[in-house]
Amino acid sequence: MFGYIVRRVLAMFAMLLVLSFVVFSMFAVLPADPARLTCGKGCTPAIIEANRHRLGLDQPFMTQYARFLIGIPCGRIYPTQGPVWQCPRTNSSLQPKQGEFLCPANPVCLGYSFRKGENVTTLLKEAMPVTFALAVGGVILWLIVGLSIGILAALRRGRWQDRTAMSIALFGYSFPSFFIALILLYIFVLKLGWLPYPSYVPFSQNPKQWTETFILPWVSLAILYAAFYARLTRNQMLETLGEDFIRTARAKGLPERTVIYRHALRAGISPVVTSVGLDFAALLGGAIIVEQVFTLPGIGKLALDSTLEADLSIITATVLLAAFFVIIANLIVDLLYAYLDPRVVLV
Amino acid sequence: MTTMTDPAATPRTGHAYLDVIDLSVAFPTEDGTVQAVNKVSFSLERDKTLAIVGESGSGKSVTSQAIMGLINRKAASISGQVWLDDVDLITASDDEIRRRRGDQMAMIFQDPLSSLHPYYSVSKQLVEAIRVHQDVSKSDARRQAIEMLDRVGIPAPDKRVDDFPHQLSGGMRQRVMIAMALVNSPDLLIADEPTTALDVTVQAQILELIKDLQREFHTAVVIITHDLGVVAEVADEVVVMYGGQVVERAGIDELYAAPQMPYTLGLLASVPRMDRTGNERLEPIPGAPPSLINLPAGCVFRPRCTFHDQVPDDRCHRERPDLLAAPTPEHMVRCFLSAEQRIEAAAVRLGRRPTGEAQP
Repeated sequence: MFGYIVRRVLAMFAMLLVLSFVVFSMFAVLPADPARLTCGKGCTPAIIEANRHRLGLDQPFMTQYARFLIGIPCGRIYPTQGPVWQCPRTNSSLQPKQGEFLCPANPVCLGYSFRKGENVTTLLKEAMPVTFALAVGGVILWLIVGLSIGILAALRRGRWQDRTAMSIALFGYSFPSFFIALILLYIFVLKLGWLPYPSYVPFSQNPKQWTETFILPWVSLAILYAAFYARLTRNQMLETLGEDFIRTARAKGLPERTVIYRHALRAGISPVVTSVGLDFAALLGGAIIVEQVFTLPGIGKLALDSTLEADLSIITATVLLAAFFVIIANLIVDLLYAYLDPRVVLV
Repeated sequence: MTTMTDPAATPRTGHAYLDVIDLSVAFPTEDGTVQAVNKVSFSLERDKTLAIVGESGSGKSVTSQAIMGLINRKAASISGQVWLDDVDLITASDDEIRRRRGDQMAMIFQDPLSSLHPYYSVSKQLVEAIRVHQDVSKSDARRQAIEMLDRVGIPAPDKRVDDFPHQLSGGMRQRVMIAMALVNSPDLLIADEPTTALDVTVQAQILELIKDLQREFHTAVVIITHDLGVVAEVADEVVVMYGGQVVERAGIDELYAAPQMPYTLGLLASVPRMDRTGNERLEPIPGAPPSLINLPAGCVFRPRCTFHDQVPDDRCHRERPDLLAAPTPEHMVRCFLSAEQRIEAAAVRLGRRPTGEAQP
């Protein structure tokens, strides 16, 4: 078990390494000049060349990549003369001088956005709580709704409750998330005025406004995902309810409640757990559309904005972060699977 | 024991422990009504074993599940009477049947691997079975479970009790199933193909175990099988089912000595026998079991029966034979052949006259 986790974590780092190389090389082959993108309308050839040097873009590709990698645990000082083999974090004599920028490795340096004039790590740290709150609230809401509807539909299979639930699910499942989000905004903010227009503040500053801001994003996610989860749960329940061991449970004289919740649900829930893990991880990487519609300053909005501005350091960081979450979630799901199903042996 | 006759709306006249009277089960489907069980009657006392024999689709499993109340009443129409001691299970409420299920009557299923919950340990499944019917603590229930596992011949039961079903061998799993069925000392045990999924060597052990436990608990046992070898091993009485109907019913010795119905003859002829000489071939029954949606008019077995042209006036085609006593009052047969023709048929099919002390 411990060996398994160690192996998986090592594999995770290998995968992130490969991914970082792929993402990094994509920017090398892009036709756009990254140095030019740092200054926008105020660009002059002199500024472009200065920024090219400050970013280290005048170095060979492998040098750039090596600096990026080493910078993750060690931190970087821009502009850099040659590869930084010494860690600014651990070596106090390496302090940024006038006109230099320190990208602290606390915990990791993922680059410096000249466009925003900020360390990428700081930007991610600011955006993460927003995305995290969005994802957690969404998951809880859609699980409650999706599972209950799914179970109800399975138990009332073929009757009006089942047909109604599945029609609504198909409805929710078919609409794009921006459409659902906009409709919700229109109804509850503009028409009914039950909620103020969403405007993010940290929870510690104004819990009421924080909650009001998140209600519609949560509901949007819940509508989208609950539909999928209701269908998944229903199909899983129907499958397990037809299993021989369910007949055994009934033959033992167990009350129907026990048969359904302890025997059928327990056996049918595994694929749901997998889906939750992966969907949650994908959301942590940024719920781009929902964050955009409700102007939540989360990872998704950060990724989208930086893509529109071609801010390479942020794009690289957000892609790696999203990949990191997905890989970690996969590991957790596999461990959970072994816990849920005693037949699964981790080797 | 077999006191029931076939005519409609038979009142309960016997006083056997289990009385099944005119039990019918039909499932409405999109293609038509599936008449899975058609007016099946039999009786069984405690300490006795009844075997229900037939091919797949003969209605034998549906019959047993109907007795246990495991057929969803909303999905099927069930009629007739099933008296367990003094309660009619057909008219009893769901909750009343549930309280008897696993307590007064219990069931063992064919495939122990798929019939045990894959995610729960043996201990958990046994303790649950005990505690749903007995007001005992978890540790007491666990003690009972270990005791029961010991009784069904599981070595080191105090350790195996914490195993999961997939960690046990097929024979061990079936022993666990039997232990689970017997933890509450049921008076009626229904075993649906209990040995079909097992190795031949394990089969004999499991049958022996069921017999031992029957002697100990004075259980009435219904064993459902397509294996006439199993029947010879354990049964006191045999019900042969075909197309949802009882086609022959007799005591075990009577049935093997003087089988009457051509379908029974076919089943007997298709069993390998050690006392046959030379290159004699097994004789399968030609054709396939009927669709229960469109049962043939007349005798359900007629399309596969090699003797039906011996009955005059094409009667097998037009009329459905009743289940009638012949040649002894305890022996019921659903066939239009005359007594002499049946003896002749047995001679043709089995190579012996159905009069001697023949062994299965």
